Amino acid sequence: MFKNFFPSKILSITNNTINGLVILLVVVVVIGLTYSLFLSPPDYIQGDSVRIMYVHVPSSFIALSCFGFIGIASICNLIFKIKFMPLLAKSLSPIGCVFSLISIVTGSFWGKPTWGIWWVWDARLTSMAILLLFYIAYILTWKFINNFEKANKISSIIGIIGLFNLPVIKYSVDWWNTLHQPSSITLTSAPTIHYTMLVPLIIMFFGMIIYSLIIFLMRYKTEIMKFKLNKKKYHK
Amino acid sequence: MLSKKVKSRFFFLLLSLISVAIVIFVVLRSLEENVVYFFSPTEIYNKTNISFNKKIRVGGLVKMDSISKNETSINFVITDLKNEIVVSYNGLVPNLFSEGKGVVAEGKLKDKKYFIADKILAKHDENYMPPEVNKALEISNN
Repeated sequence: MFKNFFPSKILSITNNTINGLVILLVVVVVIGLTYSLFLSPPDYIQGDSVRIMYVHVPSSFIALSCFGFIGIASICNLIFKIKFMPLLAKSLSPIGCVFSLISIVTGSFWGKPTWGIWWVWDARLTSMAILLLFYIAYILTWKFINNFEKANKISSIIGIIGLFNLPVIKYSVDWWNTLHQPSSITLTSAPTIHYTMLVPLIIMFFGMIIYSLIIFLMRYKTEIMKFKLNKKKYHK
Repeated sequence: MLSKKVKSRFFFLLLSLISVAIVIFVVLRSLEENVVYFFSPTEIYNKTNISFNKKIRVGGLVKMDSISKNETSINFVITDLKNEIVVSYNGLVPNLFSEGKGVVAEGKLKDKKYFIADKILAKHDENYMPPEVNKALEISNN
Protein backbone atom coordinates (compact mmCIF):
# COMPACT_ATOMS: atom_id res chain seq x y z
CA MET A 1 0.00 0.00 0.00
CA PHE A 2 2.65 2.46 1.13
CA LYS A 3 4.88 1.66 -1.81
CA ASN A 4 2.20 2.93 -4.19
CA PHE A 5 3.05 6.46 -3.16
CA PHE A 6 6.66 6.19 -4.28
CA PRO A 7 7.40 8.67 -7.04
CA SER A 8 8.21 6.01 -9.62
CA LYS A 9 4.82 4.39 -9.07
CA ILE A 10 2.95 7.67 -9.29
CA LEU A 11 4.60 8.70 -12.53
CA SER A 12 3.44 5.49 -14.14
CA ILE A 13 -0.20 6.35 -13.35
CA THR A 14 -1.62 6.94 -16.75
CA ASN A 15 -4.33 9.29 -17.76
CA ASN A 16 -6.54 6.24 -18.15
CA THR A 17 -6.55 5.67 -14.39
CA ILE A 18 -7.54 9.26 -13.80
CA ASN A 19 -10.19 9.13 -16.53
CA GLY A 20 -11.62 6.00 -14.93
CA LEU A 21 -11.76 7.76 -11.57
CA VAL A 22 -13.47 10.76 -13.17
CA ILE A 23 -16.19 8.54 -14.63
CA LEU A 24 -16.64 6.90 -11.21
CA LEU A 25 -16.80 10.36 -9.64
CA VAL A 26 -19.52 11.56 -12.01
CA VAL A 27 -21.62 8.45 -11.39
CA VAL A 28 -21.28 8.62 -7.59
CA VAL A 29 -21.87 12.37 -7.38
CA VAL A 30 -24.91 12.26 -9.68
CA ILE A 31 -26.45 9.48 -7.58
CA GLY A 32 -25.43 11.23 -4.35
CA LEU A 33 -26.82 14.60 -5.37
CA THR A 34 -30.13 13.26 -6.67
CA TYR A 35 -30.53 11.24 -3.52
CA SER A 36 -29.58 14.06 -1.16
CA LEU A 37 -31.34 16.92 -2.97
CA PHE A 38 -34.53 15.22 -4.19
CA LEU A 39 -35.13 11.73 -2.81
CA SER A 40 -34.16 12.14 0.83
CA PRO A 41 -36.79 13.60 3.17
CA PRO A 42 -36.60 17.04 4.81
CA ASP A 43 -35.71 17.09 8.50
CA TYR A 44 -38.46 17.27 11.13
CA ILE A 45 -37.35 20.66 12.44
CA GLN A 46 -34.72 22.01 10.05
CA GLY A 47 -36.78 21.32 6.95
CA ASP A 48 -34.85 21.48 3.71
CA SER A 49 -31.77 23.17 5.15
CA VAL A 50 -30.71 19.71 6.34
CA ARG A 51 -29.56 19.15 2.73
CA ILE A 52 -26.60 21.44 3.39
CA MET A 53 -25.28 18.72 5.68
CA TYR A 54 -24.64 16.42 2.72
CA VAL A 55 -21.89 18.77 1.56
CA HIS A 56 -20.85 20.21 4.91
CA VAL A 57 -20.02 17.02 6.79
CA PRO A 58 -17.90 15.33 4.07
CA SER A 59 -16.04 18.62 3.44
CA SER A 60 -15.14 18.96 7.11
CA PHE A 61 -14.04 15.32 7.21
CA ILE A 62 -11.75 15.77 4.20
CA ALA A 63 -10.39 19.05 5.54
CA LEU A 64 -9.45 17.34 8.81
CA SER A 65 -8.04 14.16 7.33
CA CYS A 66 -5.96 16.03 4.74
CA PHE A 67 -4.30 17.95 7.54
CA GLY A 68 -3.83 14.71 9.43
CA PHE A 69 -1.88 13.32 6.47
CA ILE A 70 0.08 16.55 6.12
CA GLY A 71 1.04 16.40 9.80
CA ILE A 72 2.13 12.77 9.64
CA ALA A 73 4.04 13.39 6.41
CA SER A 74 5.73 16.36 8.09
CA ILE A 75 6.84 14.21 11.02
CA CYS A 76 8.25 11.51 8.70
CA ASN A 77 9.84 14.26 6.69
CA LEU A 78 11.68 15.82 9.63
CA ILE A 79 12.77 12.56 11.21
CA PHE A 80 13.57 10.30 8.28
CA LYS A 81 14.14 12.93 5.56
CA ILE A 82 12.15 10.95 3.01
CA LYS A 83 12.31 12.86 -0.25
CA PHE A 84 8.73 12.46 -1.45
CA MET A 85 7.02 13.27 1.86
CA PRO A 86 7.04 17.05 1.43
CA LEU A 87 5.71 16.67 -2.13
CA LEU A 88 2.91 14.47 -0.85
CA ALA A 89 1.97 16.94 1.87
CA LYS A 90 2.29 19.88 -0.49
CA SER A 91 -0.14 18.36 -2.97
CA LEU A 92 -2.70 17.65 -0.24
CA SER A 93 -2.69 21.18 1.14
CA PRO A 94 -4.83 23.00 -1.46
CA ILE A 95 -7.45 20.23 -1.31
CA GLY A 96 -7.79 20.52 2.45
CA CYS A 97 -7.74 24.30 2.26
CA VAL A 98 -10.60 24.45 -0.23
CA PHE A 99 -12.65 21.89 1.68
CA SER A 100 -12.21 23.66 5.01
CA LEU A 101 -13.38 26.85 3.30
CA ILE A 102 -16.39 24.98 1.85
CA SER A 103 -17.11 23.55 5.28
CA ILE A 104 -17.07 26.99 6.89
CA VAL A 105 -19.17 28.64 4.16
CA THR A 106 -21.82 25.89 3.99
CA GLY A 107 -21.82 25.87 7.79
CA SER A 108 -22.74 29.53 7.95
CA PHE A 109 -25.42 29.06 5.28
CA TRP A 110 -26.89 26.43 7.58
CA GLY A 111 -26.36 28.45 10.75
CA LYS A 112 -28.36 31.45 9.59
CA PRO A 113 -31.72 29.64 9.19
CA THR A 114 -31.09 27.18 12.05
CA TRP A 115 -29.34 29.08 14.84
CA GLY A 116 -30.43 32.48 13.62
CA ILE A 117 -26.84 33.69 13.12
CA TRP A 118 -24.13 33.23 10.45
CA TRP A 119 -21.14 32.87 12.70
CA VAL A 120 -20.35 32.57 16.39
CA TRP A 121 -17.01 32.22 18.12
CA ASP A 122 -17.69 28.92 19.80
CA ALA A 123 -14.96 26.31 20.18
CA ARG A 124 -15.86 24.24 17.11
CA LEU A 125 -16.18 27.13 14.68
CA THR A 126 -13.12 28.92 16.00
CA SER A 127 -10.90 25.83 15.84
CA MET A 128 -12.11 25.21 12.29
CA ALA A 129 -11.18 28.77 11.34
CA ILE A 130 -7.74 28.13 12.87
CA LEU A 131 -7.40 25.04 10.67
CA LEU A 132 -8.08 27.19 7.60
CA LEU A 133 -5.38 29.63 8.78
CA PHE A 134 -2.93 26.73 9.18
CA TYR A 135 -3.67 25.62 5.63
CA ILE A 136 -3.12 29.15 4.32
CA ALA A 137 0.13 29.47 6.26
CA TYR A 138 1.28 26.10 4.95
CA ILE A 139 0.53 26.97 1.33
CA LEU A 140 2.04 30.44 1.57
CA THR A 141 5.27 28.99 2.98
CA TRP A 142 5.73 26.92 -0.15
CA LYS A 143 4.72 29.84 -2.35
CA PHE A 144 6.96 32.54 -0.96
CA ILE A 145 10.06 30.72 0.25
CA ASN A 146 12.05 29.83 -2.82
CA ASN A 147 14.74 27.75 -1.17
CA PHE A 148 13.35 24.18 -1.16
CA GLU A 149 15.13 23.00 1.98
CA LYS A 150 14.08 26.06 3.96
CA ALA A 151 10.46 25.93 2.79
CA ASN A 152 10.41 22.24 3.54
CA LYS A 153 11.55 22.75 7.12
CA ILE A 154 9.20 25.65 7.91
CA SER A 155 6.16 24.04 6.31
CA SER A 156 6.83 20.80 8.18
CA ILE A 157 6.87 22.66 11.47
CA ILE A 158 3.56 24.33 10.55
CA GLY A 159 2.15 20.93 9.63
CA ILE A 160 3.21 19.38 12.94
CA ILE A 161 1.93 22.23 15.11
CA GLY A 162 -1.34 22.21 13.19
CA LEU A 163 -1.72 18.55 14.06
CA PHE A 164 -2.56 19.55 17.66
CA ASN A 165 -5.55 21.47 16.40
CA LEU A 166 -7.22 18.36 14.97
CA PRO A 167 -8.26 16.67 18.24
CA VAL A 168 -9.37 20.09 19.49
CA ILE A 169 -11.69 20.43 16.49
CA LYS A 170 -12.93 16.88 16.77
CA TYR A 171 -13.64 16.91 20.50
CA SER A 172 -14.47 20.61 20.96
CA VAL A 173 -18.17 19.76 20.98
CA ASP A 174 -17.65 17.25 23.80
CA TRP A 175 -15.13 19.14 25.91
CA TRP A 176 -16.90 22.49 26.03
CA ASN A 177 -20.37 23.95 25.65
CA THR A 178 -20.65 24.92 22.01
CA LEU A 179 -23.44 26.16 19.80
CA HIS A 180 -22.42 23.54 17.27
CA GLN A 181 -24.14 20.19 17.88
CA PRO A 182 -22.12 17.09 18.84
CA SER A 183 -21.26 14.46 16.23
CA SER A 184 -24.13 12.37 14.89
CA ILE A 185 -21.87 9.62 13.60
CA THR A 186 -19.50 8.14 16.16
CA LEU A 187 -17.53 4.93 16.33
CA THR A 188 -18.96 3.92 19.67
CA SER A 189 -22.73 4.32 19.28
CA ALA A 190 -25.44 4.09 16.65
CA PRO A 191 -25.74 7.13 14.36
CA THR A 192 -28.40 9.64 15.33
CA ILE A 193 -29.21 10.29 11.69
CA HIS A 194 -32.14 8.42 10.23
CA TYR A 195 -30.99 5.97 7.52
CA THR A 196 -32.89 7.83 4.77
CA MET A 197 -30.47 10.68 5.43
CA LEU A 198 -27.45 8.58 6.33
CA VAL A 199 -27.33 6.76 2.97
CA PRO A 200 -27.08 9.92 0.79
CA LEU A 201 -24.54 11.31 3.25
CA ILE A 202 -22.34 8.24 2.83
CA ILE A 203 -22.66 8.39 -0.97
CA MET A 204 -21.63 12.04 -0.92
CA PHE A 205 -18.72 11.08 1.35
CA PHE A 206 -17.46 8.64 -1.27
CA GLY A 207 -18.00 11.13 -4.08
CA MET A 208 -15.99 13.83 -2.38
CA ILE A 209 -13.24 11.42 -1.38
CA ILE A 210 -12.91 10.24 -4.98
CA TYR A 211 -12.78 13.87 -6.09
CA SER A 212 -10.01 14.63 -3.60
CA LEU A 213 -8.13 11.53 -4.70
CA ILE A 214 -8.21 12.63 -8.35
CA ILE A 215 -7.01 16.14 -7.56
CA PHE A 216 -4.34 14.72 -5.26
CA LEU A 217 -3.01 12.27 -7.88
CA MET A 218 -2.83 14.98 -10.52
CA ARG A 219 -1.11 17.44 -8.23
CA TYR A 220 1.27 14.89 -6.75
CA LYS A 221 2.35 13.81 -10.22
CA THR A 222 2.98 17.41 -11.20
CA GLU A 223 4.93 18.11 -8.01
CA ILE A 224 7.19 15.10 -8.60
CA MET A 225 7.87 16.12 -12.18
CA LYS A 226 8.61 19.68 -11.10
CA PHE A 227 10.96 18.42 -8.38
CA LYS A 228 12.85 16.21 -10.82
CA LEU A 229 13.17 19.04 -13.33
CA ASN A 230 14.52 21.40 -10.68
CA LYS A 231 17.03 18.79 -9.54
CA LYS A 232 18.34 18.51 -13.10
CA LYS A 233 18.74 22.26 -13.19
CA TYR A 234 20.79 22.16 -9.98
CA HIS A 235 23.23 19.64 -11.34
CA LYS A 236 23.92 21.40 -14.60
CA MET B 1 18.48 -0.21 12.24
CA LEU B 2 17.92 3.47 12.73
CA SER B 3 21.01 5.59 12.47
CA LYS B 4 22.13 7.80 15.33
CA LYS B 5 21.06 10.93 13.51
CA VAL B 6 17.53 9.66 12.92
CA LYS B 7 17.29 8.61 16.55
CA SER B 8 18.38 11.98 17.88
CA ARG B 9 15.97 13.77 15.55
CA PHE B 10 13.20 11.45 16.69
CA PHE B 11 13.76 12.13 20.38
CA PHE B 12 14.14 15.85 19.82
CA LEU B 13 10.83 15.96 17.97
CA LEU B 14 9.13 13.73 20.53
CA LEU B 15 10.25 15.98 23.39
CA SER B 16 9.15 19.14 21.64
CA LEU B 17 5.80 17.60 20.71
CA ILE B 18 5.14 16.58 24.30
CA SER B 19 6.04 20.02 25.59
CA VAL B 20 3.83 21.73 22.98
CA ALA B 21 0.97 19.42 23.93
CA ILE B 22 1.40 20.28 27.61
CA VAL B 23 1.48 24.01 26.85
CA ILE B 24 -1.68 23.80 24.74
CA PHE B 25 -3.42 21.75 27.42
CA VAL B 26 -2.55 24.23 30.17
CA VAL B 27 -3.56 27.22 28.05
CA LEU B 28 -6.93 25.70 27.11
CA ARG B 29 -7.53 24.68 30.73
CA SER B 30 -6.88 28.14 32.07
CA LEU B 31 -8.97 29.71 29.33
CA GLU B 32 -11.89 27.36 29.91
CA GLU B 33 -14.15 30.19 31.07
CA ASN B 34 -13.64 31.90 27.73
CA VAL B 35 -13.70 28.81 25.54
CA VAL B 36 -17.17 27.69 26.60
CA TYR B 37 -19.80 29.36 24.48
CA PHE B 38 -22.48 29.38 27.15
CA PHE B 39 -23.11 28.42 30.76
CA SER B 40 -25.79 26.01 31.86
CA PRO B 41 -28.21 27.10 34.61
CA THR B 42 -26.41 24.77 37.03
CA GLU B 43 -23.05 26.34 36.23
CA ILE B 44 -24.54 29.77 36.88
CA TYR B 45 -26.04 28.50 40.12
CA ASN B 46 -22.66 27.21 41.31
CA LYS B 47 -20.68 30.22 40.14
CA THR B 48 -19.31 32.40 42.90
CA ASN B 49 -17.87 35.34 40.98
CA ILE B 50 -20.74 36.48 38.83
CA SER B 51 -20.62 39.95 37.35
CA PHE B 52 -24.07 41.26 36.62
CA ASN B 53 -22.83 43.95 34.27
CA LYS B 54 -21.00 41.68 31.87
CA LYS B 55 -22.68 40.03 28.92
CA ILE B 56 -22.85 36.28 29.23
CA ARG B 57 -24.66 33.43 27.51
CA VAL B 58 -26.94 30.89 29.07
CA GLY B 59 -27.89 27.70 27.30
CA GLY B 60 -30.08 24.69 27.83
CA LEU B 61 -33.50 23.44 26.88
CA VAL B 62 -36.61 25.56 26.66
CA LYS B 63 -38.82 24.15 29.39
CA MET B 64 -42.09 22.63 28.23
CA ASP B 65 -45.13 24.93 28.54
CA SER B 66 -42.96 27.77 29.79
CA ILE B 67 -43.19 30.17 26.82
CA SER B 68 -45.45 33.12 27.44
CA LYS B 69 -45.74 35.88 24.89
CA ASN B 70 -47.27 39.29 25.09
CA GLU B 71 -47.17 42.09 22.51
CA THR B 72 -43.57 43.13 22.91
CA SER B 73 -41.78 40.50 24.91
CA ILE B 74 -41.43 36.81 25.32
CA ASN B 75 -40.67 34.99 28.55
CA PHE B 76 -39.55 31.43 28.89
CA VAL B 77 -37.53 29.16 31.16
CA ILE B 78 -34.15 27.66 30.29
CA THR B 79 -33.55 24.40 32.08
CA ASP B 80 -30.80 21.80 32.22
CA LEU B 81 -33.16 19.49 34.10
CA LYS B 82 -31.47 20.38 37.40
CA ASN B 83 -31.68 24.16 37.62
CA GLU B 84 -33.73 26.76 35.81
CA ILE B 85 -33.42 30.37 34.76
CA VAL B 86 -36.25 32.64 33.69
CA VAL B 87 -35.44 34.54 30.50
CA SER B 88 -37.10 37.67 29.31
CA TYR B 89 -36.53 38.90 25.76
CA ASN B 90 -37.76 41.64 23.42
CA GLY B 91 -37.58 40.77 19.77
CA LEU B 92 -37.86 38.07 17.20
CA VAL B 93 -36.87 34.51 18.00
CA PRO B 94 -35.34 32.19 15.37
CA ASN B 95 -37.66 29.82 13.53
CA LEU B 96 -36.34 26.77 15.29
CA PHE B 97 -36.95 28.19 18.75
CA SER B 98 -39.52 25.97 20.42
CA GLU B 99 -40.37 24.20 23.66
CA GLY B 100 -38.26 21.18 24.49
CA LYS B 101 -35.51 22.26 22.08
CA GLY B 102 -32.06 23.71 22.73
CA VAL B 103 -31.54 27.43 23.06
CA VAL B 104 -28.73 29.87 23.82
CA ALA B 105 -29.58 33.31 25.17
CA GLU B 106 -27.12 36.20 25.22
CA GLY B 107 -27.58 39.06 27.65
CA LYS B 108 -27.18 39.98 31.29
CA LEU B 109 -28.15 38.33 34.53
CA LYS B 110 -30.41 40.26 36.82
CA ASP B 111 -30.01 37.72 39.55
CA LYS B 112 -29.15 34.04 39.54
CA LYS B 113 -32.65 33.07 38.50
CA TYR B 114 -33.55 35.90 36.12
CA PHE B 115 -31.91 36.72 32.80
CA ILE B 116 -32.55 39.56 30.40
CA ALA B 117 -31.62 38.51 26.89
CA ASP B 118 -30.85 40.69 23.92
CA LYS B 119 -30.19 37.86 21.52
CA ILE B 120 -31.70 34.40 21.21
CA LEU B 121 -30.10 31.59 19.22
CA ALA B 122 -31.67 28.20 18.59
CA LYS B 123 -29.37 25.26 19.25
CA HIS B 124 -29.86 22.21 17.12
CA ASP B 125 -29.11 18.76 18.53
CA GLU B 126 -27.42 15.84 16.78
CA ASN B 127 -30.68 14.13 15.78
CA TYR B 128 -31.75 14.13 12.17
CA MET B 129 -34.93 12.43 11.00
CA PRO B 130 -37.83 12.83 8.61
CA PRO B 131 -41.08 14.31 10.01
CA GLU B 132 -42.96 10.98 9.78
CA VAL B 133 -40.40 9.24 11.96
CA ASN B 134 -40.62 12.00 14.54
CA LYS B 135 -44.44 11.68 14.58
CA ALA B 136 -44.20 7.93 15.01
CA LEU B 137 -41.72 8.42 17.87
CA GLU B 138 -43.99 10.90 19.60
CA ILE B 139 -46.96 8.56 19.31
CA SER B 140 -45.00 5.66 20.77
CA ASN B 141 -43.70 7.87 23.57
CA ASN B 142 -47.16 9.00 24.65
